[in-house]
Amino acid sequence: MSDPVALELREHFATVEQQRGTADTGMWVFLMTELMMFGGLFVAYTVYRFNHPQAFAEGSASMDIMLGSVNSAILLTSSLTMGFAELSAKLGRQRLLGILLLVTILIGLAFLGIKFTEYVEHYQQHEAPGVWFNRSGPHAPAVQMFFVFYFIMTGLHAVHMIIGIFLILGLISRNMIGSLSAAYHTPVSIVGLYWHFVDIVWIFLYAIFYLPGLHK
Amino acid sequence: MITNFRLWPESASSMSGPVDLFFVIMLILCTAVSVAIAVFLIYCAIHYHRKRENELGSQERYNIPVEAAWTIIPFVLFIGMFIWGAKLYFAIERPPDNAITVYAVGKQWMWKIQHPEGQREINELHIPVGRPVKMVMTSEDVIHDFFVPAFRTKQDVLPDRYTTTWFEATKPGKYHLFCSQYCGTKHSGMIGWVYAMSPADYQNWLTQGAPEGSLASTGGKYFHQFGCANCHHFNSQGRCPDLRNLYMRPVLLTTGKTIIADDSYIREKLHNPDAQVPWGFSSGVMPNFTGVVSEEQILALISFIKALGPQPGTQQPSSSGTAPTEYGTQKGIGGPGVTSNAGSQVEKR
Amino acid sequence: MIEAVAEKLEKNYLNEKQGLLSWLLSTDHKRIGILYTFSITCFFFLGGFFALLMRLELLSPRNWLVSAGTYNKLFTMHGIIMVWFFLIPSIPGTLGNFLIPMMVGAKDVAFPKLNLLSWYIFMLGGTVTVYALIRGGVDTGWTFYTPFSTSYSTTYVVAAAVGVFIAGFSTILTALNFVVTIHRMRAPGLTWFKLPVFIWSMYANSLVLILNTPVLAITLVMIAVERIAKVGIFDPALGGDPVLFQHMFWFYSHPAVYTMVLPGMAVISEIIPVFSRKPLFGYKAVAFSSVAIAVLGFLVWGHHMFVAGESVYSALTFSFFSYCVAVPSAIKVFNWTATMHKGSISWDTPMLYAIGFIGLFTIGGMTGLFLAALGLDVHVHDTYFVIAHFHYIMVGGTVMAFLGGVHYWWPKISGKMYPEGLARLSALIVFLGFNLTFFPQFVLGFLGMPRRYAAYPEEFQMLHVLSTAGATILGVGYVLPLCYLLWSWNHGRDAGPNPWRAPGLEWKSTSPPPTHNFEVTPVVTSKLPYDFEAMKEELELV
Repeated sequence: MSDPVALELREHFATVEQQRGTADTGMWVFLMTELMMFGGLFVAYTVYRFNHPQAFAEGSASMDIMLGSVNSAILLTSSLTMGFAELSAKLGRQRLLGILLLVTILIGLAFLGIKFTEYVEHYQQHEAPGVWFNRSGPHAPAVQMFFVFYFIMTGLHAVHMIIGIFLILGLISRNMIGSLSAAYHTPVSIVGLYWHFVDIVWIFLYAIFYLPGLHK
Repeated sequence: MITNFRLWPESASSMSGPVDLFFVIMLILCTAVSVAIAVFLIYCAIHYHRKRENELGSQERYNIPVEAAWTIIPFVLFIGMFIWGAKLYFAIERPPDNAITVYAVGKQWMWKIQHPEGQREINELHIPVGRPVKMVMTSEDVIHDFFVPAFRTKQDVLPDRYTTTWFEATKPGKYHLFCSQYCGTKHSGMIGWVYAMSPADYQNWLTQGAPEGSLASTGGKYFHQFGCANCHHFNSQGRCPDLRNLYMRPVLLTTGKTIIADDSYIREKLHNPDAQVPWGFSSGVMPNFTGVVSEEQILALISFIKALGPQPGTQQPSSSGTAPTEYGTQKGIGGPGVTSNAGSQVEKR
Repeated sequence: MIEAVAEKLEKNYLNEKQGLLSWLLSTDHKRIGILYTFSITCFFFLGGFFALLMRLELLSPRNWLVSAGTYNKLFTMHGIIMVWFFLIPSIPGTLGNFLIPMMVGAKDVAFPKLNLLSWYIFMLGGTVTVYALIRGGVDTGWTFYTPFSTSYSTTYVVAAAVGVFIAGFSTILTALNFVVTIHRMRAPGLTWFKLPVFIWSMYANSLVLILNTPVLAITLVMIAVERIAKVGIFDPALGGDPVLFQHMFWFYSHPAVYTMVLPGMAVISEIIPVFSRKPLFGYKAVAFSSVAIAVLGFLVWGHHMFVAGESVYSALTFSFFSYCVAVPSAIKVFNWTATMHKGSISWDTPMLYAIGFIGLFTIGGMTGLFLAALGLDVHVHDTYFVIAHFHYIMVGGTVMAFLGGVHYWWPKISGKMYPEGLARLSALIVFLGFNLTFFPQFVLGFLGMPRRYAAYPEEFQMLHVLSTAGATILGVGYVLPLCYLLWSWNHGRDAGPNPWRAPGLEWKSTSPPPTHNFEVTPVVTSKLPYDFEAMKEELELV
């Protein structure tokens, strides 16, 4: 006899099969909207980078490549732990699931901590547009544009990370009260999808903000 | 309200006729199709009007040849419309070589016009009939639009950029000028008149205004007033490029790229001197003139620099007496070792 | 008679749970549809009120009723409310919500709680926008062009942008719900090519909304950031490009206008077959044309920028694709018309609206061909020609389709019939009022009357007076249905399950339907959609 949780058919579905696939499809569709939203920013960034190559290279040279790379590594690690968490969920290993989800959150918090440090650093170097931006030189206005995009795009990414952390907290509490099992672990898969997506967005952000300045 | 009511706009430019012809053909075609569909709809509604409450209609579901026909025929017609529209557009967007240039600066909420001969107008534009006129325009603030319905032309006017439009008036008269890109409170007040005059009347009008002299000579005054002459000497020894023979010529930059020294390049140099530095010269030398020169003063300076170079197709400067008679290879202009020749007109959009 | 009374006393979605809270916390897609109907009706009349003020002002060539600044706020708020709080959410939120689960044989949408959340988000967005209105309004035009909106306007731009941003989430969540519902929750046997075209069109519409709305969201965020932090993202003095804003805005807004018309087409594709007692002609062509419009609609945004400073080659590309996207619309019009041929045509109100839609949408679409022509657009861009064009499609098209759909499904939704005679009269008033309002605007536009002008040269006055007269008549035409539909909710005669003898799944349940739509999930055995032939006995047709 399967876990009672698995047979819990929600009112509006005709069959369990229908119910299972729905959440997955829903998350994929939602991620398409996220792709378009970040996509709009990437397009605008690309246009301005094309218009002001030197200014953007200059802006990128001010980025802390060390912190950026460390952040990339740890975020990728968090995707790894999340992936293992999904596997644990499939295998019904609830305790392991709880631990891995917690580790994922901790890594996520570390990422946000480093990001915050970088933001403070930029502020102290007068590279925070709208708050304290002070730059001289021929390309100064366009360098500010670089930083505007840096803060908006990484800021939006950070917001998504925070939402992701709350989602994982939700998973942990559901796991603790026993509503997740090998037969029903859909919430873990869809939060996992979301988390991996946010991770991939970061890879692209790392590429466009940190790497161009390496030439200098 | 009743007396000057009209159904068709005045046609007063060389493009009005072709545009109107296209419009009329489209009108006839689209009216015919719309009427045909409407008639068919009404016919069906009446002829096949339900006779009993429980009547069933015929059950035909599709007809491939008919489906194909009403897919392919419209598509072919649409391509025809596309081609015709595109050909008109090319004509509308590309001014003839012999166009006279008039400058316009739009700002909330007025049009400031500058003629090369020196006349300035506010919300009015006097032009000769029978001569193509090219408008070079910029905005001081938001996006505006220069619209003369009688000429069938329209062009957005942008800040920090030059946009152009052209027209050739065919009939003397007074024609509406409208701003047609919403620009704030008095958008509907940013209107004026275009006065097309016979060539003789236009000459008369030209000689009446402009006590300060031509736009190029005003530009020459600014050239000295703003200190440009202190660096941009008319010899090859200065630390700054000699601006003779510059206008519309290729310029090799320190980055290795070659660009054409057009109106936008000159304007850009004033606002952002350390971008696009010519080969052989250093950055950090030319001051930044943002906030120092107005858009109209920039246009006068451009006219002056234009006058320093040879006219297209000739070796003569446009206004004698304002430029030295010597021409030769210049550092940075045309690249080292390249001899100068008559500027090529590259109209890029 | 007794059976009808007995049926009415049975539990249905309207009477099963009573009380305001049971409505405000309901996850039943049908009740949520009614919540949306209530909201979008309020927004429609608010936006319409602004239009009325504008038309009154335009009676005179000089400013007489309102100042120029107020006029600018009127047309801005009219646009914002009509586009984002009426046209985009109306048919999906009301008819889509009500019908999609029933048409696919499901008990509800895929995510019912998300559906309710959508409505609350929509109301929140509306509240913030109305707040901007009350505080003093916005005067940028619904298109928010920079640098005016970012650096020059002194009105409540950020508040309006935030309101629209929030409403965008509602749109996305509803569209997401529909896509997943249509994919995953179809009844057994209901394959794609047996689905009503309403589903195909709403599906294509939802895909467009999912892809384009986020771009609007981020564009509005950038405007808000620029205004608040004063960092010039679109300010040329700081290296920004105001034309980039236009590209990003229209990349959203052009597909957006297709999301305003596709739902209307969805409704028409249902009404015409039922009121002709004939299957929809060229079913696959019409179904695929919805998808074609959705795809091609993403390739044409630059046709709003032919004189904005884009390159000649961009302009050529956009003009070409604009002509391509006209083809699927033409296919629909021809197929609808062919459906009526040799049908059994009823003159009931839904059909009157549908026939009106075909005629007016055709005119609107044809004038789109004029605008797609580069050489012609230079003259008529940003004039009243454009205003007439899109009102023919949005008002002559979408609003007529919405009214037709409301009348068609009114018996199912309310269990009652509306008064047919009065309804036909209203449809006629709407049709006449509409044409008198907007046809003169084509002439005005070609004459050169620019858009967004509060004052204008005297020679345009006659046409403006005609237009305002039409607008008054049109207003009456809209108020009448509001009145008699509300009246019929309690006093109309009982409709019965299938007063139109329509073949769709939604007509198999009672009117009004029970909360769970179907007691048993229906199994679809007919081989074709609109299968009048197979259902002859059931529908008692001869």
